[in-house]
Amino acid sequence: MTIGHLSDEARRRAEELVALYPHPRSALIPICHLAQEQDGWLTPEAIAEIAELVGLAPAEVVGTATFYDMLHTEPVGRYVITVCTNIACMLRGAYELLEHAEDRLEVRSGGTTADGTFTLEEAECLADCGVAPVCQVNHRFFGNLSPASFDTLVEDLRAGRLDGEVPPHGTLVRVRRQGGLRVDPETVTTERRQMAEAIASRAEASGDSQT
Amino acid sequence: MSPASVPRIVTSRLGYEDSHTLERYLSSGGYEGLRKALTMHPEQVAAEVDAVSLLGRGGAGFPAGRKWSMLRKGPVPYLVVNGDESEPATFKDHLLIERDPHQLIEGIVICAYAIQAAQAFLYIRGEFALGLERVTAALNDAYEHGAVGRDIFGSGFSLDVVVHPGAGAYICGEETALLESLEGKRGFPRIKPPYFPAAVGLFGEPTVVNNVETLSNLPWVMVNGSAAFTALGAGRSTGTRLFALSGHVHNPGVYEVEMVKTTFRNLVFDAELGGGVPGGRQVKALIPGGVSAPWFGPDLLDLPLGQDEVADKGSMLGSGSVVVMDDTTCTVRAAWRITRFFRRESCGQCTPCREGSGWLERILLRIESGSGRESDLDLLMDVCDNLSPGLAWPPQQTTICVLGPSIPSSIASGIRMFRDEFLVHVKDGRCPYA
Repeated sequence: MTIGHLSDEARRRAEELVALYPHPRSALIPICHLAQEQDGWLTPEAIAEIAELVGLAPAEVVGTATFYDMLHTEPVGRYVITVCTNIACMLRGAYELLEHAEDRLEVRSGGTTADGTFTLEEAECLADCGVAPVCQVNHRFFGNLSPASFDTLVEDLRAGRLDGEVPPHGTLVRVRRQGGLRVDPETVTTERRQMAEAIASRAEASGDSQT
Repeated sequence: MSPASVPRIVTSRLGYEDSHTLERYLSSGGYEGLRKALTMHPEQVAAEVDAVSLLGRGGAGFPAGRKWSMLRKGPVPYLVVNGDESEPATFKDHLLIERDPHQLIEGIVICAYAIQAAQAFLYIRGEFALGLERVTAALNDAYEHGAVGRDIFGSGFSLDVVVHPGAGAYICGEETALLESLEGKRGFPRIKPPYFPAAVGLFGEPTVVNNVETLSNLPWVMVNGSAAFTALGAGRSTGTRLFALSGHVHNPGVYEVEMVKTTFRNLVFDAELGGGVPGGRQVKALIPGGVSAPWFGPDLLDLPLGQDEVADKGSMLGSGSVVVMDDTTCTVRAAWRITRFFRRESCGQCTPCREGSGWLERILLRIESGSGRESDLDLLMDVCDNLSPGLAWPPQQTTICVLGPSIPSSIASGIRMFRDEFLVHVKDGRCPYA
């Protein structure tokens, strides 16, 4: 186990995440995203550090992480392209698109190109069916795709023309929460007691004998 | 009432490019519903919502007000918002999250006030990267504006909201699986009883779990009152509802329409809605409420979009998604793709679902690829019957959650409605549509 795999900045953000929940374990998935933002995937070193941060064994972190499609315990390309083939996209040519993508990228679904630029995956419904067929690149949507527009997308990605729109794989949310929790337990206890008393006195005043 | 005169309850801002910003929200009546709610007593707010019969917009259609009233008394409850929209062909919450995050946040605070929660968790599907960014930015602005945090608008009520990203798992839309996921675990649905998170929810505490669209209705209800809401729709299906229309239509998209007063035919064919089927082709079948729902034939196009109306015909409005399949669609292939989805997303806890989904997918693929046998049709129905005895609707339960018993919907529909088409695959040894 390597202590300090996460950068100081990532570690600080992970600790802020832990503080947002009633139990540190809740921060597990958000911190996995954070680790993927740093490395592109979940390295064994990151998993060990996440386990320490949320008070679990590394095996438990792996057990959770491997359940979820977006968390990768193996290296992936800089761009993960997920092509939806579920019913709404299938009715609008998704399998033909996926086949084209495999030919274009010279990689089978589930694989990564030799240069490490693209990982291609077949996705389940991505909830953007109004512009089917769709794909995501690092979880940014591209809709109304045709083989030709897919080729353009790949060329744009390779040339860096979409760098502003599509960050490297793992970077999910570029907007940071400002500040931690504002409501301390003491405030809540006081407030709720006052509210309960107010309700009780109102009930009494209205002569409601049921309360 | 013509569609044009029906108020847009949850989509009123979507015509604006900047619909996701606080500026736009405030300039179009934003946070007025919350200000009004905070002048009322929490139980009055809850009573108002109970009075509108706001059927949950997530899929199960359980009335929001009832859910709130079932909370175990004593501990401070949690509010958990289900924004894990993953039912195939459902993309309405996606729209609300990206395009009007303040409306959702306002709904969250109104609900939290009514149930006196001190912390809310907004669980958003991980794939919604833009939605997560928009909601996070909106939440920062809402804290700054005093609509979230300590002493909201000087009312003495305080609430923290935490945006929580999922990581890609359909099953986490099931509310108890969502709670497990929010606790940092695999998304395994919890064994029932206890049936309701209102009794035992997040970390064992009483918890209300409401859907994004459900909560997005609350600001309008607070401003306009319950009578204005119940004036729309009919019976238990009050108000408007978002329908996500996809497949073989001219204008796929999300439409807000009045419940019951609108029919499937309106949704699919009206010029301002779906605009009809391209190429002059015919509707072969439609999926009325997400892929867990049994299919309808074109004979039911005139059925109203109401919860009970659709249930009476043996299906459900479910997640509010309607998939149109025209007469060029291979229904074996459609059933196979839907079954493949369930096989991939089964969490694996229960044998009938874990094993049954794989068997069904392989049998369907065998038929679609031309290697099927006539006996495969009975075999499919037999495996379906093991997943959901009697193949009734709503389905009998053999598993911890409803994912497993939902698998037979498309297969049984396909075989019942298009038996000949399945047999042609077997007899000809190939798919007639390939």
